[in-house]
Amino acid sequence: MGKHHQVFRNHRQEHSLTKSRVVVAAIFVLMMVGVLMGRLFYLQVVEHELYQTKANDNRVMLITEPPPRGLIFDRNGVVLADNRPIHSLTVIPERALSLPKLKEALNESIDITDEEWADYEDRLKDYRRPYQSITLKSQLSDEEWSKVSVDLYRLDGVQVEAQLTRYYPFGEAFAHAVGYVGRITAKDLKRVDRAAYQGALFIGKTGIEEYYESTLFGHPGISKVEVNARGRIMSEIERQNPTPGKDLHLYMDARLQQYAYDLLGNYKGSVVAIDPSNGGVLAMVSKPGFDPNAFVRGISVSKYAELREDKRLPLFNRALRGGYPPASTIKPFMGLAGLEYGFSSWTETYYARGYYQINPNGRRYRDWKRGGHGWIDLERSIIESVDTYYYQLAHKMGITPIHTFLSKFGYGQTSILDLNGASAGLLPSNEWKKARYKEPWYPGDSVNVGIGQGFMVATPIQIATANAAMAARGHMYYPRMVSQIADEPATFQGNDGVEHEIKLKDQRNWERMVNAMEKVVTDSRGTGRRLQGADYKIAGKTGTGQVFSLQEDEEYDADNLDKRLHDHALFIGFAPADDPKIAVFAIFENGGSSSKPADLTKALFDAYLYDKYPKEYDYFKEPSR
Amino acid sequence: MSLQFYQRILVFTNARLWRLTHVDVLLLVALLILMSGGLFILYSASGQNVAMVERQLIRLGIGMVVCLALAQLPPKYMRRASPFLFVFLVGLLVCVLLFGVGAKGAQRWLALPGGLRFQPSEIMKIVMPMMVAWYFANRQLPPSLKEIVTVLVIITVPSLMVAKQPDLGTALLVGVSGIFALFLAGIGWLYILGAAAIAPIAGYCLWHVMHDYQKQRVLTFLNPESDPLGSGWNIIQSKTAIGSGGLHGKGFLEGTQAQLNFLPESHTDFIIAVLAEEFGMVGCALLMCAYLLVIARGLFIAAYAEDNYARLLAGSITLTFFVYMFVNIGMVSGILPVVGVPLPLVSYGGTSIITIMATFGILMSIQTHKRAR
Repeated sequence: MGKHHQVFRNHRQEHSLTKSRVVVAAIFVLMMVGVLMGRLFYLQVVEHELYQTKANDNRVMLITEPPPRGLIFDRNGVVLADNRPIHSLTVIPERALSLPKLKEALNESIDITDEEWADYEDRLKDYRRPYQSITLKSQLSDEEWSKVSVDLYRLDGVQVEAQLTRYYPFGEAFAHAVGYVGRITAKDLKRVDRAAYQGALFIGKTGIEEYYESTLFGHPGISKVEVNARGRIMSEIERQNPTPGKDLHLYMDARLQQYAYDLLGNYKGSVVAIDPSNGGVLAMVSKPGFDPNAFVRGISVSKYAELREDKRLPLFNRALRGGYPPASTIKPFMGLAGLEYGFSSWTETYYARGYYQINPNGRRYRDWKRGGHGWIDLERSIIESVDTYYYQLAHKMGITPIHTFLSKFGYGQTSILDLNGASAGLLPSNEWKKARYKEPWYPGDSVNVGIGQGFMVATPIQIATANAAMAARGHMYYPRMVSQIADEPATFQGNDGVEHEIKLKDQRNWERMVNAMEKVVTDSRGTGRRLQGADYKIAGKTGTGQVFSLQEDEEYDADNLDKRLHDHALFIGFAPADDPKIAVFAIFENGGSSSKPADLTKALFDAYLYDKYPKEYDYFKEPSR
Repeated sequence: MSLQFYQRILVFTNARLWRLTHVDVLLLVALLILMSGGLFILYSASGQNVAMVERQLIRLGIGMVVCLALAQLPPKYMRRASPFLFVFLVGLLVCVLLFGVGAKGAQRWLALPGGLRFQPSEIMKIVMPMMVAWYFANRQLPPSLKEIVTVLVIITVPSLMVAKQPDLGTALLVGVSGIFALFLAGIGWLYILGAAAIAPIAGYCLWHVMHDYQKQRVLTFLNPESDPLGSGWNIIQSKTAIGSGGLHGKGFLEGTQAQLNFLPESHTDFIIAVLAEEFGMVGCALLMCAYLLVIARGLFIAAYAEDNYARLLAGSITLTFFVYMFVNIGMVSGILPVVGVPLPLVSYGGTSIITIMATFGILMSIQTHKRAR
């Protein structure tokens, strides 16, 4: 059949048909080449910059090398916050075995908790560059480290990386003052330069570690490297070495701090010692403390909950935030206020009964001494801590002069220069009461404030600061922790300066008030007479605060009810009275009588002025570096 | 002197000499340009691996030998052998499906004694157009509907068998080589339009017979960013390489994507990305010109071939060669799915070079065995 048709075939026509199809095909080819060139034009010319950026992102990796954190030293060169090398187990997932096999292989040599595995798997899901390592277990113990190191040869993609971690050699006594560093959280990264903290493990969370974060941290080194697709570094393009963080030198005396902490015994409380000549904080204790190293290691949820729920509030920084009635420690300041505004004089006498009344038949404001003190003057009101004298004085003055005068000593304000989170306490005023209670200020309110009770609330650092200002005869230094940053003296900028002079109409009143405070100790009826017999002059003032406990601790607790009804015991003092080197405030929560803080203060004077420490504190003498 | 120089070139291009040796000099020159350019790129793409370049050179040499050998064989023998070769190869494809060996879930090779392997689907790329051309050789053109259906069966059966191996890239090229022959035979435009209309339906059916990894390739092609570290990696990296090359490229051996191994398969399927990165759009345009030279010569040979068999075969071979190139560059630049088609004569790799060079041998034979007019 085919052959039959062949006879009639027009070869010429068929040729021209196929030829025309070839032409069509040629046009098709050219069109398609046009498509390809168009595509290349789009990628290589239109989108060139985008892809150039992508290519550079591929090849260039920035490696940040975290700087070594600055150390924190006490005034004698004792290291309070140190850096120590730790080892972490990290995994490069692309090089390692599959997850189940890796688990099996690793479990032979090291215990890894389910929590750690879960954490690792979470981070595996996050976006990351290929071949970047992920931490599986941080801070290996020496035993774990040596064990896993032996097995590393058979564990591809698993490695031990060395890093520096923070270590606080003295632990809980310093936890509140020095603070601690912890793992960087997403929240932390919002307040710092994210890029700078790449590769860094820790950030200051509280205390000096937090306040001086930028100083202690330094600047990370950055090396710009070219990597291949397997993450191997091919060459270094650029390098900038890390600048180590600056060391801090504190006014704090580590021995004094530890001693004060120990002297508080089993009591909750706080001790703040200040050098009146410069406002440097020599000791700042809040008891109970906690082990700051636990936070560096990464505290477990249950352990953290335990600390948080502890009724003794170990995480609460009493020194900066504890709100207490200053009680009778306010009397010398109140006395000066009376003198300043002409409501009292050194010569005027007053008959002190066992109580004070604003109106006859009105409420009786009791003196601590039932029978009263009889005829007394201003000086004796300090020596014997006569409540009724201050009831009447405050009543006469009213709240406004009290507020004005006490403000000069830092009450009602936060004056500490280089720690965050201090509470302002409460120095009440007319305006405050109106705003807070929508009620006017009643004369009875003033009466209570006269002996440092009622609405008045102060923090240990405030009372200690006022005490130091008294010691310095009106030269008020705002308290400060750091004396030296690296080799430079620390400089401060407060909103209203860093110190000021409190001028009295009669400057001699300073000396006379100090003199009265000395007699608190030396007078046979002085409330601080138990401190007699020192080789140096002590000025002091006792105080017993009616219990109303910390606001944060308002839960009703039957077991501790008796103890909690005890008064807070307070003492302010400085020595030597004629040339003060140290001013101390101590409070024993529910300590009963002020003998405990008075004894503690004396012990601190002896220690600080004459180096009289018990033997066990010798280990602080040797500077560790 | 310059006159003498040109005279020598004229001697060199003397048609008689070349007809005697059955070499088509224009095609040969175009191929040599393309090959040398390819070796040049391979040197960079292989990470300056001279041994690899040498092996490629040997393959190209073998390919050239095959090409020149086939050029000696007059087309009429090819025509006569076509149906037998076709039946034989279909048989081999059945064997592959039954006893084939392979890797990565694909079964493409027949094991030969002595540890050799043989891939019948590669040869099918040549035999398919031969078969279709043979079918139309003694029939009047344009083909009737019955003939078209017959040819479509001839095309579909081996294509599906290759696709079943599975080897989508080769199946596509096998099918396309037959379709081109059909097109050149003068199939009516109405049929072409009709086919274009039912293509989406065919695509839908194809989707259902595809293997998972093939589906994955298509999905990845449609949205490479969906899996940036898995199957999308290749295409993202190749686009990055091409785009970052810009107009003039980063310079020879300076392509960071290629040299730092971000570009996968940089010496095989993705080699064009290396060229694009290091020599930019200008380099790509030059390579494209080299291809166009080859294709233009091929189409010329087809247009002026002696009979229908030669015309259809030559045209189909040339167009299939173009499809090779188009599919490869299309997939590397992200406008086609990744189907695993090498860049012809440039990508590193064995079998395809030999078969492609064999087809050029056929082209030369067609051109040089014409009876003088």
